[in-house]
Amino acid sequence: MGELKRTPLYDLHVELGAKMVGFAGYDMPVQYPLGVMKEHLHCRAAAGLFDVSHMGQVALRAESYEAAAKAFEALVPQDVMGLGVARQRYGFFTNDAGGIEDDLMFANRGDHLFVVVNAACKEADIARMVAALTPDVTVEEITDRALVALQGPAAETALARLNPSVADMAFMDFTEVELDGVACWVSRSGYTGEDGYEISIPEADAAGICRKLLEMEEVEGIGLGARDSLRLEGGLCLYGNDISTDTSPIEAALTWAIQKVRRADGDRAGGFPGADRIFGDLAEGVARKRVGLAPTGRAPMRAGTQLFAAAEGGEPIGEVTSGGFGPTYEGPVAMGYVGKAQAVVGTEIFGEVRGKRMPVTVAKMPLVPANFKR
Amino acid sequence: MKFTEEHEWLRVEGDVVVVGITEHASEQLGDVVFIELPEAGTEVTKDEEVCVIESVKAASDVLAPLDGEIVEVNSPLVDEPGKVNDDPMEGAWFFKIKPSDLSQMDDYMDENAYKDFIG
Repeated sequence: MGELKRTPLYDLHVELGAKMVGFAGYDMPVQYPLGVMKEHLHCRAAAGLFDVSHMGQVALRAESYEAAAKAFEALVPQDVMGLGVARQRYGFFTNDAGGIEDDLMFANRGDHLFVVVNAACKEADIARMVAALTPDVTVEEITDRALVALQGPAAETALARLNPSVADMAFMDFTEVELDGVACWVSRSGYTGEDGYEISIPEADAAGICRKLLEMEEVEGIGLGARDSLRLEGGLCLYGNDISTDTSPIEAALTWAIQKVRRADGDRAGGFPGADRIFGDLAEGVARKRVGLAPTGRAPMRAGTQLFAAAEGGEPIGEVTSGGFGPTYEGPVAMGYVGKAQAVVGTEIFGEVRGKRMPVTVAKMPLVPANFKR
Repeated sequence: MKFTEEHEWLRVEGDVVVVGITEHASEQLGDVVFIELPEAGTEVTKDEEVCVIESVKAASDVLAPLDGEIVEVNSPLVDEPGKVNDDPMEGAWFFKIKPSDLSQMDDYMDENAYKDFIG
């Protein structure tokens, strides 16, 4: 394994007393002195600041947004062309088998398309885009900007101190905003189930703006540990765990993210990798499905826990793909794949923990209700 | 008080030994959210897994540091696992063991040796 890369906020993390760990090739804060539990609860009660600079920021430029969007639709099953100016949408790259290569956010920046992809996949994603889209589209990885997320019910109050206009942004709006005199790209989004913002900042200014936010009473730094428990309670997928090259978006309960215009009876049906498989899943249903899981007892059911229909005997009917303790839920929370017969909210199944089958109920996701600014 | 390389502490109380995990271990584990204790009356052998501790990060085991019989467990911990973080060296003891061979205690570190061990 090579040397870990550092984000523009590395020194700030160390100064704040973060415990640093390697994650997707970057030296990242897993927790600050507050600890995972308190960081999680603080984010849901006030506001948390996350460094997500390890994620890939990519600009796709062609003669117009429409041209870039049209080209990009060959890689994703989302409606990219129909996305309004200064709006953002969730999406994913699919493969020929209908599996998911990565999940992502994309935004209409007026004259170009802006894409944010996962850190662990970014090299492959960029190679995929370069191979499929050039020369008509230029693919530019933006490496001179930090990316941070400010999440929680007090995120608006905190960020509005740097520019009051952010209070007027709606969920999934994406715009350029001057923060403390610096041109930042701000979206009203995030990955915690809370209201909040993601902010792309020129790297030289990133630590300064983060310090301003962290000085505010509402704001605490939040590490990757709490980011994971927040997104898990929020029912949000972690790529590589809950979705992968082997899961179709229909199995993954991401059907909502495939807009009608790209479906079999839509005006721009198909034209993305694996469309046949995905349309087949939509028409015929799937044999397994991603569901929320609420263990009855106190023992967490972690990723890899085998799931069974009965307390004794039988073959596994599925597996936990993410699981742990939900500080807001005040108990263990998980998600995973189960057979069609069990994929009904309220069904009691069993997870095998240390050789014992423990009851777990199929639960509506998210386990902790989302608090988005609609 | 004696310490194991598994970051348990052992305190002799009459003819039993009280066992818990060290402050260092509780810091490394992070917030503890689940504890499974053995049943009183269980005969255990040294290095056998007797407790499960799950933190927000991961699951880990507590091993029996000595051969003997578990004579008492700290049952309230099950409902209050966070106590392992708040009071690891006193209130959050895990179990009391009646050792069959108290000389096994000699294998373990004293406080100074443990401090060196954790650096």
